[in-house]
Amino acid sequence: MKHDVKRDVTVTIDGKPVTVKEGATLLDACKSHGVDTPTLCWAENLTPVNACRVCVVELEGARVLAPACSRKAEAGMVVKTDSPRVRLSRKLVLELLGSSVDMSLSSAFADYSKRYAAEPARFGKKLAPSAAGVRESAHPGHHTVLDGTRAETVAQPTKVDNELFVRDYDKCMLCYKCVEACGTDAQNTFAIAVAGRGFDARIATEHEATLPDSACVFCGNCVGVCPTGALMFKVEHDLRKSGEWDEKKQTETDTICPYCGVGCVLTLRVQDNAIVRVTSPSDSTVTGGHLCVKGRFGFTFVEENRRADRGGSD
Amino acid sequence: MWGSNARETHPIFFHHVLKAVRNGAKLYVIDPRRTSTADWAHGWLSLEVGSDVSLANGVAHVILKEQLQHEQFIERATEGFDEFKAVIDRYDLARVSADTHVDGELIAQMARDYAKADRAMICWTLGITEHHNAVDNVLALINLSLLTGHVGRWGSGLNPLRGQNNVQGGGDMGALPHKLVGFQDVEDDEIRGRFEKAWGCKIPAKNGWHLTEMFEAMHRGDLTALFVLGENPAQSEADSTHALKCLEGLEHLIVQDIVMTKTAEMAHVVLPASASWCESEGTVTNSERRVQRVRRALKPPGKARDDIEILCDLAHRLGFDMQTGTPEGLWNELRTLSPMHAGMSYARLEALGGIQWPCPDEKSAGSPFLHGRLWENPVRGMKASFNAAEQVGPVDKLDADFPLRLTTGRRLESFNTGVQSGAFAWPQKRGETLDLSPDDAKKLKVADGERVRIVSRRGTVEAPVRFDDDLKPGLAFMTFHFPDDVDTNLLTIDATDPRSGTAEFKAAAIRVERIRQ
Repeated sequence: MKHDVKRDVTVTIDGKPVTVKEGATLLDACKSHGVDTPTLCWAENLTPVNACRVCVVELEGARVLAPACSRKAEAGMVVKTDSPRVRLSRKLVLELLGSSVDMSLSSAFADYSKRYAAEPARFGKKLAPSAAGVRESAHPGHHTVLDGTRAETVAQPTKVDNELFVRDYDKCMLCYKCVEACGTDAQNTFAIAVAGRGFDARIATEHEATLPDSACVFCGNCVGVCPTGALMFKVEHDLRKSGEWDEKKQTETDTICPYCGVGCVLTLRVQDNAIVRVTSPSDSTVTGGHLCVKGRFGFTFVEENRRADRGGSD
Repeated sequence: MWGSNARETHPIFFHHVLKAVRNGAKLYVIDPRRTSTADWAHGWLSLEVGSDVSLANGVAHVILKEQLQHEQFIERATEGFDEFKAVIDRYDLARVSADTHVDGELIAQMARDYAKADRAMICWTLGITEHHNAVDNVLALINLSLLTGHVGRWGSGLNPLRGQNNVQGGGDMGALPHKLVGFQDVEDDEIRGRFEKAWGCKIPAKNGWHLTEMFEAMHRGDLTALFVLGENPAQSEADSTHALKCLEGLEHLIVQDIVMTKTAEMAHVVLPASASWCESEGTVTNSERRVQRVRRALKPPGKARDDIEILCDLAHRLGFDMQTGTPEGLWNELRTLSPMHAGMSYARLEALGGIQWPCPDEKSAGSPFLHGRLWENPVRGMKASFNAAEQVGPVDKLDADFPLRLTTGRRLESFNTGVQSGAFAWPQKRGETLDLSPDDAKKLKVADGERVRIVSRRGTVEAPVRFDDDLKPGLAFMTFHFPDDVDTNLLTIDATDPRSGTAEFKAAAIRVERIRQ
């Protein structure tokens, strides 16, 4: 067995000394010390990208706030996680997101907004959704400056171009998780990337191709890591649309994928005796939280109308 | 990766491979096709179908010629080296390049990288085992690991990737004709006696037949009744004309399955079963010998019943009272009979996220790798044998009538005969095709998408042509994912390895005919 030998590093968090292993982040240090740090773009099975800035902390002697999710703990660091500056910054991040993105499916966002008394409405009423394709064709410099009573948004129609998952970019906060899962952190397919600049930045396939015409292989690992419901299984999307999605009726059960010999752990979310979502625990040593198309979507063969006692022999 | 398109067939395993590649590991892919696995390789060795033994022997030749072998390991932990070396001496690179059509320098480079690596692994799948000389292929790879000491150490070893979620577990549980639970020999009186005492019944003292032998027995008329559980041999066997004839000749066919497969349609009795992975409780074993729990998330529909219940009822009708018990109770019984599973309580499987066997007691965390004993000094138990293999090409020879080499395989979104994978709404579904190199297609004057007749010495099917730049001239590729539309196994040959019983799905000789309008 290979053993990694690491030195201890001690930092001060909110006045108390905290010792972690070399290589640990400030977020790890906060967690081990019981300090609950908000995160939106961070996930334990992805490389931190510092996109959302909601985890920022104050470092003594540093000019700017540091993202706790990626900043490595260094011996002697003095960290403040709840200073007025940190609180204000976190509040502003939440307000900017809340004013422009539909964060309604993120319970974490709701909790943080309450904690930091965020008021996204102070930027004005949300503008009406743009028509399909408008955000994809926007160019730098083509924006009208709003008068301060209304807020620019990313609202737009949902992209439904296949039967496996939909893209509702009205809910996209550009956390990059999907891009990372599609890229070097897991799938290495690179079907999506961030296109555009500034407020026009968006997640796009090559030349805005539909998913079936893109490089996408439908592993759904982007859906698995999406924290806001912008990427959603078609089954869930349809159930929500028809008002039948009911989390009180749902159960989650861990089992093993019925396909190849890798033995991926599947978490089956079930409503009314039907599978409505398949994910994998991010701490599984087999999957690291990621699946392939068969494990993620290939479950429909167990549906009742396909089974052996229907129309079979006696 | 030898004879494995893991990028498509074991995608999550390949995530781990890609992580290693990004950390600096070197990846060589040995495959006649330029697969999406080969796309990631530092070196792609496009060998001729069925020339694997020659290539492996060539690698050994380079290692020995350049003195890169692990002398100490060979001396201490192996036997049969001299006989092996005598064979390898005849596989110089000139000969191997002629056999395999792989550039000698590329072979030498792979040999050096493999031998010199701190840790190196050989992974393979059906490209190695679906040949009439499958066991020789595997032995040739084992020889390389013994030559270099790349076995029995963390990060080094031999890794045959299992194709189904519990094919390993089936073997673990004794679903083999010569083994009881935990790979214990049926023909060992003492072992069999232990099982007979625990189960309160007599166990046949002789080894049974494996699948291929069963089909031979059906052909001879010695096997007249067949009980098939969760398998679709009517479509998955090579040379399906012959397989169907055998199945049709049975006096009695029982199929226990979750869906009405082609085999179930032929059956006299169908026993609808629950889906083991989501409608029942139990365990499966994956490719890394990790035993993990499957759990019931759904209620089985209609008359479908748990496999265990069905089997116990059947035993009861046959006059034996086999107690059903709970799945956990059955598992605990098994732990008393199979030493390698003894330490795996349900609670520990849960807490540790699965355990890799052997796990002899409740203090053991399981075994991440096997054969570590080969590094003990002196070696405990048997030494590992070199078994030299000789190159023998595929059985189905190419000639003027059948000039193209057809190899079969799988695609990312599909699984075997499509019983499971055929149901979901894959957005890029294209059905079965005959994949040809554009050069061959040009020679045959067929267009991309044109429907053609494909003829082997055993059968004929029709399918549309798909141009595939990843195939070299002379090589054609098909899957058997859509047997209701195109029964590819009408073409394949059931030349089987006498030791493993696996048919040569990877090498058929075909010709392609245009269909006159």
